[in-house]
Amino acid sequence: MNRRYVVQRVGFALLTLAALLVVVPILLVVGTIIVRGASAIDWEFLTAMPRDGMKAGGILPAIVGTVLLTLGTALAAIPVGVGGAIYLAEYARDTWLTRLVRLAIINLAGIPSVVYGLFGLGLFVLFLQFGTSILAGSLTLAIMTLPIIISTAEEALRAVPTEFRTVILSLGGTRWQAVRYVVLPQAMPGIITGIILGLLRAAGETAPILFTVAAFYLPRLPRSPLDPTMALPYHLYVISTQVPGMPEEIKYGTALVLLALVLSMNVVATLIRSYYRRRREW
Amino acid sequence: MRSKHWIEFAIESLIRVLGLSSIGFVLLIFLFLLKEGLPAFFEVAPENLFGVRWYPTFGLFGTLPLILGSLLVTATAIAIALPLGVATAVFVREVAPGWAREVLKPMIEVLAGIPSVVLGFFGMTVLAPLVRVTLNAPTGLTAFTGGLILAYMALPTIISVAEDALDAVPKSYRDAGLAMGATQWQTIWRVVVPAARSGILTAVMLGMGRAIGETMAVMMVTGNAARMPTTLDSLFRPVRTMTATIAAEMGEVARGSTHYHVLFGIGILLFVITFLLNLVAAGAIFKKRRRGGLR
Repeated sequence: MNRRYVVQRVGFALLTLAALLVVVPILLVVGTIIVRGASAIDWEFLTAMPRDGMKAGGILPAIVGTVLLTLGTALAAIPVGVGGAIYLAEYARDTWLTRLVRLAIINLAGIPSVVYGLFGLGLFVLFLQFGTSILAGSLTLAIMTLPIIISTAEEALRAVPTEFRTVILSLGGTRWQAVRYVVLPQAMPGIITGIILGLLRAAGETAPILFTVAAFYLPRLPRSPLDPTMALPYHLYVISTQVPGMPEEIKYGTALVLLALVLSMNVVATLIRSYYRRRREW
Repeated sequence: MRSKHWIEFAIESLIRVLGLSSIGFVLLIFLFLLKEGLPAFFEVAPENLFGVRWYPTFGLFGTLPLILGSLLVTATAIAIALPLGVATAVFVREVAPGWAREVLKPMIEVLAGIPSVVLGFFGMTVLAPLVRVTLNAPTGLTAFTGGLILAYMALPTIISVAEDALDAVPKSYRDAGLAMGATQWQTIWRVVVPAARSGILTAVMLGMGRAIGETMAVMMVTGNAARMPTTLDSLFRPVRTMTATIAAEMGEVARGSTHYHVLFGIGILLFVITFLLNLVAAGAIFKKRRRGGLR
């Protein structure tokens, strides 16, 4: 065989090896956490308060805290994010201002999560005096989520063919009517996918809530948006680094609950995307 | 009809405000970092602030070990993730059969979705003991362990941006290469990858931004010793990054103290570094868009 094709064989084998080196550790991480965490999961673990300095009982307040934080993030980030995407996709012309907006979005996406935490501490906790609370944490996470929602929603809006808009305009409709009645409904699956992808980032983040929400150990459920709360990612950090003598099972169980929550959101987003992509008529 | 015009106008104005809000948020973040962090530069003498000793309880705020720590861990991560990521992107885009692509893409999305604290936890409980035994070292919590975990956190970004770059190389380039009698392998490395190099550079920039700003996983696996990583074996010893320092210490400092201001000062530095990395990456993105025609 020609030497060049031997080189190609070896080269392709190396590329395959690289892909395996990427995939196998992912399977290992997910697999290990599922196998070792599954035995910890039972009804009590999911629905009871922690006991004995978190070494026994359940993780209910952490689960509830993460759900509340994610809902709060959704409330704040969805209107701003989708509005911003509509502006960029439907209204903005290619001016220096629009470029500045795009640059700002790219930079928001790149700011380290712990810097968001500092910002949330400075603005929401101290300056606006929300204290360490669900409100302060949700708003911090919302700004962090914004670039993900804006860019995926903009892409979904842009994918809607121009003819859909021109038809409405030619019928005497306004630009907003075209957006409201035609473009938005058509782009909705893509927008929802983007929202879920943004929110799953928010649900799994620890650094932005370190100084804005997180309670080390608070075995009760929050009563108002101004209450601090426990949260799953922070709880996992605390029990795996700050509490000596923590049973392995509880750590892996907590990691599994967090991983399952985030990955199931991921699966839902993927399903919505592929389902509607297949059903799309344009 | 008149009221309709007003509604239309109100809605358009609202959308415009929402659209421009991103600029406001970036400014707001920078403003509050400056507000809390600038006093550090007046309260701490420059030779202390850029010194080599970080012992806040003794008034020593040398940030150099932290900055070098971040650089060491990030460089390690990129050294692992760049070849691995580009090779995987080439595999997915140029070589892989359809079914392999269908398996790989969702797997990489799963990796992107794993929370950093979960990866950090895995790194602590599984990876670090492995590193310790392999190296026969006193601890497995080292700069190398951190770099390895960070490499996998940067991989999804690097793979997807590099893949887009490869995707943007016109098919005619590949056809031309093959028509000249080159093998597919030669075409990939001599034609396609060089044509996509600016996009691959963007991928590296964004991956670096990800790596340098990553907090939880790094804090959990690097051992957090604020020592100067200047000796040859530093890679396999504990190290402490800028992000981990903020995350670990901000909870315990008194608000308004010098230590508090210095931590915000490190935040300013991180903001500026990631801002610059993204600016360069964005420059490449904008240039591609202006030139157009590649597709």
